Amino acid sequence: MKTSTTRFTLSALSLAIMGLAQSGSADTLRLLTWGGYAPENVIDMFEAETGHTVEVTKSNNEEMIAKLRATGGGGFDLAQPSQDRIAGPQMEFGIYKPIDVSKLDQSLFIPSMLSATMANTTVDGAVYGVPHVWGTSGLVLNTAMAGSVKDYTDLCNDDVAGKVSYRLKRPTLIGFAFAMGMDPFAAYGDEAAYTEMMGKVEEKLISCKANVKAYWGGGDELMGLMRSGEAVASMAWDTGGWKLNADNPDITFVAPASGALGWIDTFVLPAKGKADDAAYAWINFVMQPKIAAMITEAAGNFTASKGADEFASADLKARYQASFPPEAVDNIKWYPPVPAGLEAIEGGVLDRVKAAN
Amino acid sequence: MTPDLAPDLNCARLTKRFGDTLAVDDVSFDVPPGSFFSILGPSGCGKTTIMRMIAGFLDPSSGDIRIKGRSMAGVPPNKRPVNMVFQHLALFPMMNIADNIGYGLRRQGLGKAEIARKVDAALERIGLPGIGARKVDELSGGQKQRVAIARCMVLEPDVLLLDEPLGALDLKLREHMKVELKALQAAFDTTFVYITHDQSEALVMSDQIAVMNNGVFEQVGSARDLYYRPDTAFVAGFVGDANRWQGRITAVNGEAMQIETDSGLTLRGARHGRSLNVGDRAEVFVRPEAIRIAGTPEDLQHFDNRITGTVTSLLFNGAASRILVRDTAGEEIEVTLPQSGEYAALSRGDAVHIGWSGDQGNCFPAGAA
Amino acid sequence: MRAEAKLGFILLLTPLLLWLTLLIFIPHVDMFLVSLRERVGVGKHDTSLANYRTFLTEPLYLWTFLRTAVMSVVATAITLIIAFPVSYYIAKIAKGRLQSALFLLCLIPFYVSELVRTFGWMILLRETGLVSNLLLWAGLADQPVEMLYNDAAIMVGLVYTSMLFMVVPLVTTLESLDDSVIEAGYDLGGTGFSVLREIVIPHAAPGIVSGCIVVFMLSLGNYLTPTMLGGKDSLWFTELIYSQFIVRFNWELGAAFGFMLLFLSSLIVWGMLKITGQTLEKTMG
Repeated sequence: MKTSTTRFTLSALSLAIMGLAQSGSADTLRLLTWGGYAPENVIDMFEAETGHTVEVTKSNNEEMIAKLRATGGGGFDLAQPSQDRIAGPQMEFGIYKPIDVSKLDQSLFIPSMLSATMANTTVDGAVYGVPHVWGTSGLVLNTAMAGSVKDYTDLCNDDVAGKVSYRLKRPTLIGFAFAMGMDPFAAYGDEAAYTEMMGKVEEKLISCKANVKAYWGGGDELMGLMRSGEAVASMAWDTGGWKLNADNPDITFVAPASGALGWIDTFVLPAKGKADDAAYAWINFVMQPKIAAMITEAAGNFTASKGADEFASADLKARYQASFPPEAVDNIKWYPPVPAGLEAIEGGVLDRVKAAN
Repeated sequence: MTPDLAPDLNCARLTKRFGDTLAVDDVSFDVPPGSFFSILGPSGCGKTTIMRMIAGFLDPSSGDIRIKGRSMAGVPPNKRPVNMVFQHLALFPMMNIADNIGYGLRRQGLGKAEIARKVDAALERIGLPGIGARKVDELSGGQKQRVAIARCMVLEPDVLLLDEPLGALDLKLREHMKVELKALQAAFDTTFVYITHDQSEALVMSDQIAVMNNGVFEQVGSARDLYYRPDTAFVAGFVGDANRWQGRITAVNGEAMQIETDSGLTLRGARHGRSLNVGDRAEVFVRPEAIRIAGTPEDLQHFDNRITGTVTSLLFNGAASRILVRDTAGEEIEVTLPQSGEYAALSRGDAVHIGWSGDQGNCFPAGAA
Repeated sequence: MRAEAKLGFILLLTPLLLWLTLLIFIPHVDMFLVSLRERVGVGKHDTSLANYRTFLTEPLYLWTFLRTAVMSVVATAITLIIAFPVSYYIAKIAKGRLQSALFLLCLIPFYVSELVRTFGWMILLRETGLVSNLLLWAGLADQPVEMLYNDAAIMVGLVYTSMLFMVVPLVTTLESLDDSVIEAGYDLGGTGFSVLREIVIPHAAPGIVSGCIVVFMLSLGNYLTPTMLGGKDSLWFTELIYSQFIVRFNWELGAAFGFMLLFLSSLIVWGMLKITGQTLEKTMG
């Protein structure tokens, strides 16, 4: 997963202009996705095969939802938020429309992942999402210099003081809660318990703040910090670690003792999407094992496409296996859907951590 | 030298170079106390450069400036006992009139009450009492002019420099301010150094005028000297109007001489002590008011220059009315009409006879200017 | 004739009115309405001032605003102090080619985006960056120096970003000051300092005020520079607004923050104008 920092107002404005410019042309698939999920070569093949044209807007979870919310679900025909960010926003803002699974070639999907995602994205009996790319977040370490770090809370150790970086976002709160022996996912439904839990995480993060070099915002920023050696231990996505590993064998992704956090990015149809047929065609197209392997190559993460592993590069598989021994795979904590309103609690915690000295 | 006899301003061998250009070339002059001294010259002649060196905004390349006997070398503008009235007056638009006039006094560290008293006295003196609270742009051109002078005069400078201060005024006001400036100078009894390209300003106001051209002083003298006894062809041409001929000298008899002009006229002139010999190229200058008009050639018998021609233009200007007369060689000669009005009936195409005495024809070696 | 003039007037006015209503007035009204909504349940809202109450009662938010405002004021002051001699040099001392070249130099950083400029500073100031290495090489430091991720770095970035917006109005007003007025100041006995204080600064006051307003507003509303250069302690008010809108999906609070920013910054500008005895009309004229 990548993030980009664009100003909200700008994006809203450009969104409105795009919306004006493009209403009416059903052949254009306006795709709101992550960097790497729609590589140039795949788009070319899709356009050649189906005749549709694809326009890609790169974004991240929060911005995707914010953009769709700004237009009431318009401006795009297909979006790819993470599976835990579908049910909540749908209940709150109604920005998606149900997905007709019968129009999809379900045999292309890994069955367990498909059913789990569909279950997690069901609101009032309607399914809103199907899985595409999955991965985990955990620790990216310079193993030569941060040997003591086994879990998120070890980032607060003295021997890595001043050389730690993580994001000031919700995965960090969740990760620290697990590493502190709590189960935040179990407390999702209980606001009071969750608030109390977050209070403890807040204390920990504030006391840990002195250790932090910088809270990273974008993937490139983290890469820079790790590559230059200014940071030796960080919380990040698996692909980031693997990319760095290619440059410097000491740096790699490590699944933390309390378990990596697993995410699945999905396909959803924005409520006011205008090219549903093109959207279904795109999903069916990219889930083919060979195409999926191309996306894995570009994004660095594996997909929910059945049999695509065969086509994945040996390097990537080796890195994956090094980071994920079998017991670590079992230990992956998959994000359950985030209930609406939870962000407010987390937001307060993040604000206070940011403001603390 | 006793202090009483010392000139207020003395410039000795003043020279200023800008790169390869020589703006002021070895100029020396004295300005006696209490006098009105003008530097008159066309634009670009170096007069502004001299003034800026006196004020201290430029350093001379060589030579020295002394004010009341004290050398100004290395003295910054704000420490010199001279003040300057700028071309566009340079009143401070951000201050009212009283603050403008009091600016220099504040710099001297005077008390508030004393400044106010002196400012009021200065306003009284320039005939504008009670305008202290006004803004600069509420004043008329002439009022600004007086305020600009008062702003300098409250500081009681040894020398007041004026850089074409009348240039921005309209003609009527300019004529009026000439008289007023002279009166102010007398009232303040301060040495004025005035630079201008307008000869009438210089002639009317000055005790002494230096005519400047190409970085050097051509002549220094009273207005009368410059007008009637120009030392050089440049002065003769620049100060006042003149008819001008070029030609070759054919005879010399003491001060009197005869010249054959390039257009074919034979004229008589005077060399006034200048070295001119037969065969030299020369220029003759004759002032329009030196030429007489007559209805018959007989009336002009006593003049040694006589020409017959026709009137081509009438230039009516009241007492200073003139006519243009085309001579036999086809040149036009400017002639001032007598103030008696006897030729007021002349019209274009009329034949007239004109003549002047050879003594009025000022001869200069040609190529000197 | 009159009808034509009227038509011309309407045609000229229309783009302005469209701009004001469509892009400024309507969005602000909409934002204001959003800021008055209080979330009471899933997809349910009541009208209340709860969001403004949150801003005023949560010390964190007030503190962040205060910090942002103070830092912006300081950045404005520093920008003015640096830009004034630069502008004076460009307007009054440099001539001809040099003058336009210097002015262009001030402009060049704005040919690239703010993001690139900020990255440039990060490359210079970071622990493994140019300045740190230079200090090591020169023996002035015995270990890498981290100059990024602190308030000083934010200040450097803000001043750099704002410089042009101070230089342009200053150069314009200073150029309109007649050289002879300055010379008259010296001629009448003024020192460099008194000429500056009594003549140059009063004359440049409209430029100083408009430059300061622009720089203050730009600094206050800046998002990229403080967050990227400030690191873990950046804490900028626009960052709060951004995260309310984008990360928290809490548009209601974000809109309230936006309005408080608009209101409080206008209040600060108004206060500064009062203190310095300037008016907005004078600045514009």
